[in-house]
Amino acid sequence: MVVANHSTHPEPRRYRYVRHSVPIRVMHWINVLALAVLLMSGLQIFNAHPALYWGKSSYSGRPPVLEMRAQRGADGHPIGITEVLGHTFRTTGVFGLSTDAEGGLVQRGFPSWLTLPSNQWLAMARRWHFFFEWIFVLNGLAYVIYSLWSRHLLNDLVPSRSDWRSVGRSLLDHLLLRHPVGEQAKHYNVLQKITYLSVIGGLLPFIMLMGLGLSPRADALWPGWVDVFGGRQSVRTLHFGAALLVVLFVAIHVFEVVITGVWNNLRSMLTGRYEIINAKEP
Amino acid sequence: MPKNPSRRRFLLRTLFTASAALLAGCDRLSRTSWVPGILRTGERVNRGVQQVLTPRNALAQEFSEADLSPEFRSNGTASPDDPEYQRLAAADFADWKLRIDGLVEAPTQLSLSQLRSMKSRTQITRHDCVEGWSAIGKWTGVPLSEVLQLVRPLPTARYVVFHCADAMDDDGTRYYESVDMDDARHPQTILAYELNGQTLPIANGAPLRVRIERQLGYKMAKYIMRIELVAQYKHIGGGNGGYWEDQGYEWYAGI
Repeated sequence: MVVANHSTHPEPRRYRYVRHSVPIRVMHWINVLALAVLLMSGLQIFNAHPALYWGKSSYSGRPPVLEMRAQRGADGHPIGITEVLGHTFRTTGVFGLSTDAEGGLVQRGFPSWLTLPSNQWLAMARRWHFFFEWIFVLNGLAYVIYSLWSRHLLNDLVPSRSDWRSVGRSLLDHLLLRHPVGEQAKHYNVLQKITYLSVIGGLLPFIMLMGLGLSPRADALWPGWVDVFGGRQSVRTLHFGAALLVVLFVAIHVFEVVITGVWNNLRSMLTGRYEIINAKEP
Repeated sequence: MPKNPSRRRFLLRTLFTASAALLAGCDRLSRTSWVPGILRTGERVNRGVQQVLTPRNALAQEFSEADLSPEFRSNGTASPDDPEYQRLAAADFADWKLRIDGLVEAPTQLSLSQLRSMKSRTQITRHDCVEGWSAIGKWTGVPLSEVLQLVRPLPTARYVVFHCADAMDDDGTRYYESVDMDDARHPQTILAYELNGQTLPIANGAPLRVRIERQLGYKMAKYIMRIELVAQYKHIGGGNGGYWEDQGYEWYAGI
């Protein structure tokens, strides 16, 4: 179906407009750096005791929820083992047992190419983690304040009434990898809005709260508050699980960026300019 | 969608190269003389924020008998091989004496039975190791504040240093730790001589270990031989206030 454009100034067929303001672009890339450092130093911290538990302590008589370890295989050679909820997987080379930066086989949770620092070094990982934790928190606060003040939150992120009606169609579009083109591409779609809002307002604050729950001093703020989440070791598991969800979000985000026009998207997050291509006039 | 599969490969490669470069860069930065110092800002901010948020005497969570870990894990030294310590241990620490000195009005020495006859506190608390694990144990001991009252710290005393019996390196460096006066006087800071209702086992720090319940496990020195009050700790060990602090760990271990 072709709808004629009756406005006096028809939109040009192809043009660029400023999609992302300078503060949003700067904060986006600070966030990329902070999350990358937090994730990799976090995996190094996990490696200091590569097991996760549910409950108040690690020694409750119950087995860990997840454990990575190395052991001798049937043929006498060491193998890497990952145990998840009682299921054992052979993960030699990646989890439990992998080659370090010097090329030797070592027992470690996550492999050296995923951790910061690459070799076992808990003290340094904690320094990176605690420094970038504050970069991440301050950047996040600045983002929330800016988004409220500039109405970015209300105008671009909060779904409108008509958005809510299009959830089903948007879901189908995503599954079929169909994406809005032309003027419609100027707005986030409803699934995008819901996802961004739940990550910004739910997942990221949650991961911060779970990180705080690991602090024995912060636990004294209101003794027992971590038990709301199952106890300190559950909080550690949830902090880890939430980090995996952030990784999942980033994976989907990057996938969508790539399939909806990687250069256009990248340009808009670097220079601000996003190109709109309208269908040909009849 | 990229029509060209080589473009996708290029993107993936770029992504991979970027993360490898980030990692290599951060590895190199970790070994410079200045970056770890900058990163340390995080520790200082954590300490400041946590001290503002949590009242000075806010108590750490206490648990019930049902929460006790079946066995309290021993970490670090399991039995100091120092001959003097082994001699004391062989006599069930009957000859052991805790020396308390430094910036105090009345330096003194206390035997285990003297410590046991003082006011005691029993608490079931969670021990959080910097590695990530937690264990719950029942500790009985004399509040450090009681011992401090006895020796009367001078106004110039700012830190309490625990000198321990266990040698950590081949060169004989011994374990030590330090806390500020706020944590030293905290009601749950005790010099523990019992674990789970039994005499403190050697693996867990006999005859005496300190409990500092709002910090991580490495602050809670085992095998204490001497308590020294100081104005600063620059002249002790590597100068960072503790054995693990000298290896790069935070002096403030509240997180």
